[in-house]
Amino acid sequence: MRRTAVLPLPVPRKGPTSTSVLAHLALMLYCVLALFPIVMVIMNSFKDRLSIFSAPFALPTPSTFTLDGYRTLADAANFPLFFLNSLVVTLGSLALIVLVSSMAAFALSEYTFRFNTMLALYLSIGIMVPIRLGTVGILNLMVSLHLINTLWALILVYTAQGIPLAVFVLSSFMRGVPRDLKEAARIDGASEYRIYALILPLVRPALGAVTAISMIPIWNDLWFPLLLAPGEQTKTIVLGASAFLGQYVNDYNAVLAALTLAIVPIVALYVVFSRQLVSGITGGALK
Amino acid sequence: MSLAPPRPARRRPFPLHIVVFLTPALLIYTAVMIYPILASLWLSLNQQTGPGASHFVGLGNYRKLLGTELYALPLWNALKNNLIFFVVHMLAQNPVGLLLAVLLSFKLRGSAIYRTILFMPTVLSVVIVGFAWKLILNPAWGVQRSLLEPLHLQALDLPWLGLPATALGTLSLISVWQNVGIPMLLFLAALVRIPEELYEAARLDGAGAWTVFRRIQLPLILPTVGIVSVLTFVGNFNAFDLVYAVQGALAGPNFASDILGTLFYRTFFGYQLQSGDANMGAAVAGVMLGVILVGLLIYLVAWQRRVTEVEF
Repeated sequence: MRRTAVLPLPVPRKGPTSTSVLAHLALMLYCVLALFPIVMVIMNSFKDRLSIFSAPFALPTPSTFTLDGYRTLADAANFPLFFLNSLVVTLGSLALIVLVSSMAAFALSEYTFRFNTMLALYLSIGIMVPIRLGTVGILNLMVSLHLINTLWALILVYTAQGIPLAVFVLSSFMRGVPRDLKEAARIDGASEYRIYALILPLVRPALGAVTAISMIPIWNDLWFPLLLAPGEQTKTIVLGASAFLGQYVNDYNAVLAALTLAIVPIVALYVVFSRQLVSGITGGALK
Repeated sequence: MSLAPPRPARRRPFPLHIVVFLTPALLIYTAVMIYPILASLWLSLNQQTGPGASHFVGLGNYRKLLGTELYALPLWNALKNNLIFFVVHMLAQNPVGLLLAVLLSFKLRGSAIYRTILFMPTVLSVVIVGFAWKLILNPAWGVQRSLLEPLHLQALDLPWLGLPATALGTLSLISVWQNVGIPMLLFLAALVRIPEELYEAARLDGAGAWTVFRRIQLPLILPTVGIVSVLTFVGNFNAFDLVYAVQGALAGPNFASDILGTLFYRTFFGYQLQSGDANMGAAVAGVMLGVILVGLLIYLVAWQRRVTEVEF
C-alpha cells in the first residue's frame, strides 16, 4: 500500500498480461490444493454417513444434514475440557513468554554489562536446538517436581521453548526505540523498572509478532502433552482429538466432527492474527 | 555523594535491576531446556544396573546403538528414512515455496488473499492434517477414486499410506503440503526487500520474467535459501507428530516410515515386547542432536561464508 504511494509517477497499468493471467491461474490452483482437505473435512462432518460415502463432494443439504458426529463426540470425550486445557496452556505460556522475554530483551538491549554478548549467545542456542532432544531430562525433572499430569508442566516447557526466539526478536526491536525518550525519563527520575514499562507499549507490534509466532507450535503440539500430561483431566485438544481419532477410526461422522472442531478455532484465530503472524515470521518485511 | 576517593580494588557491584530483568527468563530457560538437554546427554553415558542404581558406561550406549543388530538396524533405517524425508522437502517444498513467493511478489490483485489461504495449512496441527489426509487417501472413503476416475487414472487409486514402498514418500508430501507456507513467506519477505529500481532497470533493458528471476531475484535471496534449508533440516530431523498420528508409534507398514523421532519414542517408552530404556532413548536423542549440530555446522561454515563472500 505504502509502496505505491511513494512512486513519483503512476505506473501506466497495462491490461492483463499473459504472465499475470498465468500467475493468477497457478495461485488459484494451489489455493484449491491448500483448501481441499480442509473443506472436505468440514463439509462432510455435517452430512449423514450415506452421503459422506456416496457423494463426498456434495454440500450438505437439508436432507443429508446431521449432527450425529458431534453428538458422538459430546458423549465420548470431554472436548470442552480439552479445549479449555489447550486455552489455559497456550495463554499461560504466551503470557509468561512475553513477560520474561521482554524483561530479558530489555536488559540485553538497554545496558552494556559484563557477559552481555555471552548471555545473548547462550539464549540463542535454543533457537536452533530443539527442546525435544531434552525430553528424557524434562520428564525426569517434571517427575521430581511432581508436575506430571499438570498443565504447569506444559506451560513451563513451552515457555522455555519460546524464550530464545522471543528474546531475539524483542531485543532487536527494542534497540530501535529512540534513546532520548529513555534519557528524558531518567532525568525525570524514573526508575529502570518504570522505563521498562514505558518501552513496552512502544514495541507493541513486536509483542504481537512474538505472540503470533509462539502461539501456533504451542497450540498444535502433540509430543509434550502425550508425554507430560496424558491424563484425562489434562489432555489438550490435539492429544484428545488424536486419541479419539485412533479409537473411532471407522466412525466417519465422529472423526470428521472431531477434525472440524480442532480445525475451526485455530483457523479463526489465524484469520484474526494473520497480519501479526506474517510480519512476525518475516521480521516485519510483510504486513 | 561520597567524597571519599574511589577505592581502586573494588569493582562496582553488578546492578541489581539487570539481575532482576534477566533472572526469570534465564532461570526458566536453563532449568527446563538447557539442563534437561545436558541431563539427557549425561543419561546417555550411563546405564541402569538395578532399580534406582546406574553407573557410568562412557560411550557404551552409543557403541550398543551402532554395533548391535537390535539397535543398529532400526537406527540406520530411521536415519535413511529421515534423509529421504529431508530430501523430499528440499526438492518439493522449497522450490514450490519459492515459486509461490515469486508469483506473490508480482503484486497481483488479491495477493493478500492468496497469501492468507496458502499459509493456512501451516497453522493447523500436524496431527489434524495427517488424519485429514489419511481419510482422503483411504480407498474406503473413495474421495481419491472419484478424483482419479474422470481422468482415467484408476491405476493410481492405491493405498498410498499402506504400501511400504510409498508410505514414506506420501507422508513427506503431506508434510510438504502443510509446511510450504513457511519458505513461501520467508522467500517473499526477501523478494519484497529488493529495491524497485533494480526491476525498473531490468525492464528498461527488456529483461523477461525469467531473466529477472535468474539475474536479480535469485542472487539476492541466496541468504534466505540457506536459512530455509537449515530450518527445514532442523525441523525434519526433529519430526515426530505426523508419522505418529498417521502410522502410529510403529511407523508402519513394517517400519517403512520410521524416522528418528518415532525411533526415539519407541526406544524410550518401549513397544510390543521390548521394554523402554531411558538411557538408550537418551542415546538416540544424542544421535539426533549430533545430526542437527553437524547440519548447523555445515550451514555456518560452508554456506554462510560463501554467501557473505558473494555479497561483498
